[in-house]
Amino acid sequence: MSLDPATVRRIARLARIRLDDAQVAQMGAELNSILGWIEQLNEVNVDGVTPMAGGTHNMAQRLRADAVTDGGIAEQVLANAPDREGAFYTVPKVVE
Amino acid sequence: MTYAIEGSSGAWEVVIGLEVHAQIISQSKLFSGAATGFGASPNSQVSFVDAGFPGMLPVVNGECIRQAVRTGLGLNAQINLVSRFDRKNYFYADLPNGYQISQYEQPIVGEGAIEIELADGSTRRIGVTRLHVEQDAGKSLHDQDPSRSFIDLNRAGVALMEIVSEPDLRSPEEAGAYIRKLRSILRYLGTCDGNMEEGSLRADVNVSVRKQGEPYRTRCEVKNVNSVRFVMQAIEAEALRQIGVWEGGGTVEQETRLFDPHRGETRSMRSKEDAHDYRYFPDPDLLPLVLEQSWVDELRAALPELPDAKRARFIAEYGLSPYDAAVLVAEQATAQFYETLAKGRDPKQAANWLTGDYFAALNRLGRSIEDPPVSAESLGGLLDLIADATINGKIAKEVFEAMLESGDSAAAIVDARGLRQVTDSGAIDAAVDAVLAANSDKVAEFKSGKDKLFGFFVGQVMKAMAGKGNPALVNDVLRARLR
Amino acid sequence: MLTDLTLAEARAGLRAGRFSSRELTQAFLDAIAVLNPKLNAFITVTGEAALAQADAADVALARGEQRNLTGIPLAIKDLFCTKGVRTTAGSRILAPFIPPYESTVTANLLRDGAVFLGKANLDEFAMGSSNMASAYGAVTNPWTRRGDNRALVPGGSSGGSAAAVAGRLALGATATDTGGSIRQPASFCGIAGIKPTYGRCSRWGVVAFASSLDQAGPLARTVEDCAIMLGSMAGFDAKDSTSADLPVPDFAAACARGVKGLRIGVPREYRSDGMAPEIEALWTQGLDWLRAEGAEIVDVSLPHTKYGLATYYIVAPAEASSNLARYDGVRFGARSQGRDLIELYEKTRGEGFGDEVKRRVLIGTYVLSAGYYDAYYLRAQKVRALILQDFTEVFQRVDALLTPTTPTAAFAQGERMDDPITMYLNDIFTVPANMSGSPGLSVPAGLDAHGLPLGLQVLGRHFDEETVFAVGAALERAAGFSARPGMLAGV
Repeated sequence: MSLDPATVRRIARLARIRLDDAQVAQMGAELNSILGWIEQLNEVNVDGVTPMAGGTHNMAQRLRADAVTDGGIAEQVLANAPDREGAFYTVPKVVE
Repeated sequence: MTYAIEGSSGAWEVVIGLEVHAQIISQSKLFSGAATGFGASPNSQVSFVDAGFPGMLPVVNGECIRQAVRTGLGLNAQINLVSRFDRKNYFYADLPNGYQISQYEQPIVGEGAIEIELADGSTRRIGVTRLHVEQDAGKSLHDQDPSRSFIDLNRAGVALMEIVSEPDLRSPEEAGAYIRKLRSILRYLGTCDGNMEEGSLRADVNVSVRKQGEPYRTRCEVKNVNSVRFVMQAIEAEALRQIGVWEGGGTVEQETRLFDPHRGETRSMRSKEDAHDYRYFPDPDLLPLVLEQSWVDELRAALPELPDAKRARFIAEYGLSPYDAAVLVAEQATAQFYETLAKGRDPKQAANWLTGDYFAALNRLGRSIEDPPVSAESLGGLLDLIADATINGKIAKEVFEAMLESGDSAAAIVDARGLRQVTDSGAIDAAVDAVLAANSDKVAEFKSGKDKLFGFFVGQVMKAMAGKGNPALVNDVLRARLR
Repeated sequence: MLTDLTLAEARAGLRAGRFSSRELTQAFLDAIAVLNPKLNAFITVTGEAALAQADAADVALARGEQRNLTGIPLAIKDLFCTKGVRTTAGSRILAPFIPPYESTVTANLLRDGAVFLGKANLDEFAMGSSNMASAYGAVTNPWTRRGDNRALVPGGSSGGSAAAVAGRLALGATATDTGGSIRQPASFCGIAGIKPTYGRCSRWGVVAFASSLDQAGPLARTVEDCAIMLGSMAGFDAKDSTSADLPVPDFAAACARGVKGLRIGVPREYRSDGMAPEIEALWTQGLDWLRAEGAEIVDVSLPHTKYGLATYYIVAPAEASSNLARYDGVRFGARSQGRDLIELYEKTRGEGFGDEVKRRVLIGTYVLSAGYYDAYYLRAQKVRALILQDFTEVFQRVDALLTPTTPTAAFAQGERMDDPITMYLNDIFTVPANMSGSPGLSVPAGLDAHGLPLGLQVLGRHFDEETVFAVGAALERAAGFSARPGMLAGV
């Protein structure tokens, strides 16, 4: 598997990370080297193996009670915002 | 009669699948303890979890799971005892984590079905592919500022059920009937309030068109349509657009579109243009959701009677027509009102009064059956006065209007206004005599064969008796005199 | 010198009234003032708050209140959110972030009376094995090669925590371990560190790197100190769905158990990778020490562990690519202006993340993307299940495993920077325990030919940290590791 610059750009756009042309070239080479190295996993016979879905095993999801225990902290929630208007976060205007 | 759209190249069939997002009724959000109420001030119902702060983790609200399972049972669907939460990754201003926690590979509910009733009295079974639980996004306000959009996260993290239908629907009418029926079931179950104006129920509509007998063509998804009427309009508009594209020699591209109700047309959503690669994977912050069969069985046993069962019972028990029964069971409150009203009374008369004068009154007054201007017991009192011949049907309408105005009981109004019907044969004889004497020409016409004039005489007698004559007695006397 | 005490000794001294927490805390703040400009172990020092906490501890001690860590000065990895104290995760993108909440682990430490000296440097978002990848500058290892002044790396990602403890700038430090980020720096800096079982410490309030692998744990100078700290850090937390609802054992007591009758496994696959002779020798020495203490040594096989690292470099970046999506310049953190939302995102993240973070986010995005998910992510999670199965089977036969912690001692800053994979290979021995969720402890056990510390790693069964501590403490006693780093305040 080899990533061409167009693929690197597509991935970077999916990840919303701006890369300039030099970075695309450098990242592309590094990513290819890592992906090539990862190929070793193809040696492993994984037929019939149930994949792990997280860090735990033999554990099931706990359920919490339906009660209002949080919220009502608009000021705290907004305090770190780089830009806000009243009680709203703001972003450049979005056209849907 | 099959719905089809006539194009320049012939008839087109419309293929529709619906993804309905139904807000689960719960006090707190799916993964946080923040409140879910509608209309709160901006960002006041937001926890650090909902806002995607660093190090925040989701914990599943058990009530939301219970409601989803009850809904699945109400749709006669497969309940999956093991399901899983996945992350759907995309960037958007009102999606704080950069991913939505949803269920992708292993939903909590599998295949089920919904039976819809159409205006011509026919029914159709529409397949439900799956139901899964997921979190809602926040709200972007685009019209508050010339250069910025404002973000309110109150809705972010509220629990939704996404209920996906098979592409079994073939007309706007069927789609409308499907949503209404689904809404009715959800409201019976108490799992979603079905309020489309507040966004508690929204639909993504998948539409494609094809010629008879063809395989499916490319579909487009019309996002976030928030009324039954708009769903029906959006389907028609989108189908017409696609037919135009095909017939113009073009190709329909799979894409996400938005319905503009003002223009009655759909348009491409630019903001979603490159969001197609969602990179789903199991959410490592959550564990597999494992349910006990015995718990599911308990929930099943405790389900309320649902619209289909109630409708069948109304037909069997009360002898109602399928149409009347369907109308009466659509809302649980209506069905309950009806059963109170029909108890110990003529069930058909009760149905007629409820769907006729009573519904008309609700409409006129802008009231609902949950907030009735006249209670079922009170309306029953009116029907009792008709049944025991205290008043006749015509006077009953007058009494009903008075009940709506005053809130008094039917008996009190009848007494106060002296509306008790006249059954005294002397009074009726006298009124009949007077009417016949004053209309000797009509009597002659009647006797020469103009039978229709009988109604005229009845009307004149009732008028002379201020509407209070017992209609049966008036008829009997007139018939005897005119023989 | 107060800063030379172990945590256990300092605790005893405080309880006996031989010195106050203020004196102890001030001694560490003084040492930080002297040495931190060289080591860059702390991003933020909270001196005033530390002294206030120390005074409160002294009042409590005077009242006879002796909680587990009353008055003990600690460093906090800058990945743990601390209420009102800037938390950067080593990233530019969180430079302005002041959490309005306290992580569960640090809240537990505060509950038990600890004093926080400040926030320790780390590789950005805990991604790295050298602490060269911090937006707040590299951390220098207080150890140097004999006759060579070049600055060495402390390991990573908990490099600031490890350098602070080794440099006597704190009695202990919180750390996190996703692929070896506690154990590798412990080994490089000649201190002890344990990654407990996944689920033992709450992840709530810890900036996430890879959620299914991240686990908090302590770094301290002795095994017992780690056990004391973990006793406070660990515990069930309903706010973390992956937190185990189990009681916290008396880890410190377990340190004295000894290893008599324990079966210690030697996984043969760890030997193969062209291991340096001195590492191999240390490992053999460790086994001899344990045998001498009455343990039985058993050869075992973990056939899939050699795939641990490649598996890790799929799973961890995949989860990271999603976990780091929230850093978008909208609700917190740094924002770069953009004409539209997409440009805002791309510039914020392009300018806010360093190269290693970008690399991993891009890898993770790629392996999850349409058409590649099955080939990479799903396959990796299957291999991971096999690695777990290896451990599960082996732990039916043995009580613990002994391996080296790292393939080499600390390297110089700037070395191994040319190729990401060379750097990744640092974690070859530590990663498998993250894959399986097993507890792993690194114990300083000897010095290499250049006089640099080397660690041995003890791995145990899920939620059996007690045996891990027992084995680690036995090794520590036998090794009698007493070497001191070259760079210490006042030396």
